[in-house]
Amino acid sequence: MLNLIGNYSLVFALFTSLILIVVTFINFKSNKSLNFYIFGTVVLQFTLICVSFFTLVFAFIYSDFNNAAVYYNSHTTKPLFYKISGTWGNHEGSLLLWLLVLSLFTLIFFLKTKKLLNSFRSLAIFFQQIIIIGFILFIIFTSNPFQLILPMPNEGLGLNPILQDPALAIHPPILYLGYVGSSIIFSSSLAALVCDYVNKDWARDVKKWTLISWIFLTIGIMLGSIWAYYELGWGGFWFWDPVENVSLMPWFCLTALLHCTSVLEKRSNLKSWTIILAICTFTLSMSGTFLVRSGILNSVHTFANDPERGVFVLIFLTVLILTSLIIYFKYNNFEKVTKSFLLSKESAIIINNWFMMYFLAVVLIGTIYPIFLEVITTEKISVGPPYFNQLMIPFLIPFLIIMAVGPKLDWIKNKKIEVKLKKIVLLFLSILISFLIVRHLNTKILYLTVIISAALYLFFISIVDLKNEKLKWSQKVSHLAFSILIVSIILNSVFSEEVSVNLKTGEEKKISNYLIKFENISKIEIDNYTSLKAEIQVIKKNNNLKFYPELRLYKVPETITSEADIKTNLLNDNLVVVSYLKETDYLNIRYQKKPFMLLIWLSALMLAIGGILGLRKL
Amino acid sequence: MIIKLPKLIFFLFFLTLVNFSNTFAEDSKVNEISKNLRCLICQGQSVYDSNSEFALSIKNLISSKLAAGDSEEDIYNFLKSKYGDWIIYEPGFNKFTLVLWILPLFLFIFGGLLIVRKVFINRSLK
Amino acid sequence: MKIRLSFIFIFILITFILLVFFKSLFEDKSYVPKKINNKIENISIKEFHSDNNLQLKNLFDNEKYIIINIWASWCLPCRQEHQYITILSDTNNLKIIGLNYKDKKNNAQKFLNELGNPYDIILKDLDGTKSIFLGAYGVPETFIIDSELNILKKYIGPINSENVIEIKKLFK
Repeated sequence: MLNLIGNYSLVFALFTSLILIVVTFINFKSNKSLNFYIFGTVVLQFTLICVSFFTLVFAFIYSDFNNAAVYYNSHTTKPLFYKISGTWGNHEGSLLLWLLVLSLFTLIFFLKTKKLLNSFRSLAIFFQQIIIIGFILFIIFTSNPFQLILPMPNEGLGLNPILQDPALAIHPPILYLGYVGSSIIFSSSLAALVCDYVNKDWARDVKKWTLISWIFLTIGIMLGSIWAYYELGWGGFWFWDPVENVSLMPWFCLTALLHCTSVLEKRSNLKSWTIILAICTFTLSMSGTFLVRSGILNSVHTFANDPERGVFVLIFLTVLILTSLIIYFKYNNFEKVTKSFLLSKESAIIINNWFMMYFLAVVLIGTIYPIFLEVITTEKISVGPPYFNQLMIPFLIPFLIIMAVGPKLDWIKNKKIEVKLKKIVLLFLSILISFLIVRHLNTKILYLTVIISAALYLFFISIVDLKNEKLKWSQKVSHLAFSILIVSIILNSVFSEEVSVNLKTGEEKKISNYLIKFENISKIEIDNYTSLKAEIQVIKKNNNLKFYPELRLYKVPETITSEADIKTNLLNDNLVVVSYLKETDYLNIRYQKKPFMLLIWLSALMLAIGGILGLRKL
Repeated sequence: MIIKLPKLIFFLFFLTLVNFSNTFAEDSKVNEISKNLRCLICQGQSVYDSNSEFALSIKNLISSKLAAGDSEEDIYNFLKSKYGDWIIYEPGFNKFTLVLWILPLFLFIFGGLLIVRKVFINRSLK
Repeated sequence: MKIRLSFIFIFILITFILLVFFKSLFEDKSYVPKKINNKIENISIKEFHSDNNLQLKNLFDNEKYIIINIWASWCLPCRQEHQYITILSDTNNLKIIGLNYKDKKNNAQKFLNELGNPYDIILKDLDGTKSIFLGAYGVPETFIIDSELNILKKYIGPINSENVIEIKKLFK
């Protein structure tokens, strides 16, 4: 019964889309005020989609195994929290969540833009509806969460322990909020282009959406990294995995766009480029969806793979890209800007965009090149971390320095020697400290000195800039956060330590400066798994740390997972993870020391907070 | 001089904290190599990250080959001959990967030229 | 006119990219590398019972081809395929070498006692490294090699009745 309601709500929502397409178009063309009808239909659409979504949620909560999505992905013994989050933990349900947010943002957009040009608003809703229609059709025809299984099974199949994790439960919704925000930017930009409304008023509005999208995407990416770090327990938090890359690419675009809209809301520069960025951001989000769900990528995260879905998304993508291309080239008629913008805020932002686009290009090319190569030549290669690191880090150095000196370029013209001297002295200080940090290492001293200096320099300048009243707090906080993030990441990767030994119960081994003792192992039966907890002691000089890493033997489905014991403090994370060596009495014990992990997470959060400050106009 | 002494002291303290560990220089060779290898039966994990049977076997192989005096490149070549190029995460530099490496750099330069051109057009329009 | 040019360029580029993606959807995802070296080095592997080292080439006694089957007592699919290995072993002229993979001796012995021993010779790979010389991904895997140690055919995963027919044909 509920399934029918859910299914037909979607169908009715489709009808509302079609109505909206017609009404908004009429409103745009003839300038009649059909706003009341548009508003009503948008509310209706949102209500219908809500109904659909919540019927699915209830199906999960009450373990309605008539519903195929619930059957494959849920289980009666799952805790309530994970039953609910199971709604979007599968392909079909996650699309319904996408749709819900799409419709919610459409509604909010219509409500919040009352003071803007009417034809623009209508047309933006028009484009948004095209996207919504695409999604509803995709869901109904290829990914319907309301398929029935008869007769009703007694129990579900979905009890994968790895998927029962709090960070993993909220990471998708937050990420989707980021992606869907970019859909509004897309629709808004195309509408503004056609209505010749690319001006300061529009920029002020689009900037808000960009910020919202950017904040959620930043937090979403951070949550995904946190989950990977704590769940996988191998000390890594970013793997240049295709699905990670797919979330990073729109982030680069959004960051560039954020800077552009800041320019656009004050001056009238960079109009064309802003529109291009807006189109690219959403295109990347959609292409990312395609890549991840179509099965052409090899990754830890891919959903169920299905070429048919891939074809649909590809067609949808084609429609979107072609539409935006045609509209862009038809309506792109901005007067050429005559102001020179050397040595001004614009040039700093243009350079920021230049580098952002480069980083984007590296990630994009690295991710999709293997696909191209395989199709064209049938050669199969891997493009992994070494590629991304080697191409991005050298460019990070000038980027950090420009970011340090860019924001207030007035200082170049400033006559006071004091100001310039300060910048130069801070530079020397960075280099000195950086060298002192790395001098004990065996390799790559020059390279590391340079890159740490650049990061430290940005850090120092950002601290000094905190006192500068001419700069906005959102910028000061975000730039400072970014510098801390980079410094933490670099120091973390340079100063991580690791030892790995194979030991039997009661054995101990000295390796490098560490003594590793495998004290004992205890076995407990917990509801759906057997827990083997090993007591491991790690001793270095006078420091003695006790760890209790765990091996979990699940019965349904039959898997062994390894839970690392991670001890976190501000300076270091210490972690121990053990793994089963089959057919032996030995456990492989791996101890790692990872400095500054907490700083990495906190600075990412601070980055997002800077964005929130921007929303509050600070 | 505008440099505040307290700030300087704070950061020198900071660096001594970081310096306390005499880091044993590099990652063990086995780890370094296995980080660059794809675990072929896993979905998107490196041999280093994985503890599947395949990954463990590969790690054993790397150990014994290193002990026998093989170089890193020997090991990569050996594994490539057994499993194909895609077991190595670092795409080599050959005719198939030329575009892969050059394209981003080319785009960077291209972007730079576009910007320069825009600046000059504007200057000439003044 | 300039605008027209960039429009056409971008249009062609996008079309090209979309076509590649479209084609890639239907590519066969199971990868069997073509350019891999199909020859095995003449490595020595320990015999199961005696611990003596035997060289691969010495396993041949005038046979044209031999079969190497990688198995383990802890491997469930190996149990399923064992009946087919046994069928093959009942055929004349087929020499089957069993390579016991990362297994405990008494468990392996129990497995053979229970299900029968189809192997002419049993070798053991205790740390998994020997199988890598064969280019194996795991267990079970079955190889057909000639006296020059070229790999003629490789079966990843348990073999089934069709594979048995194929193999018998090859040996005729």
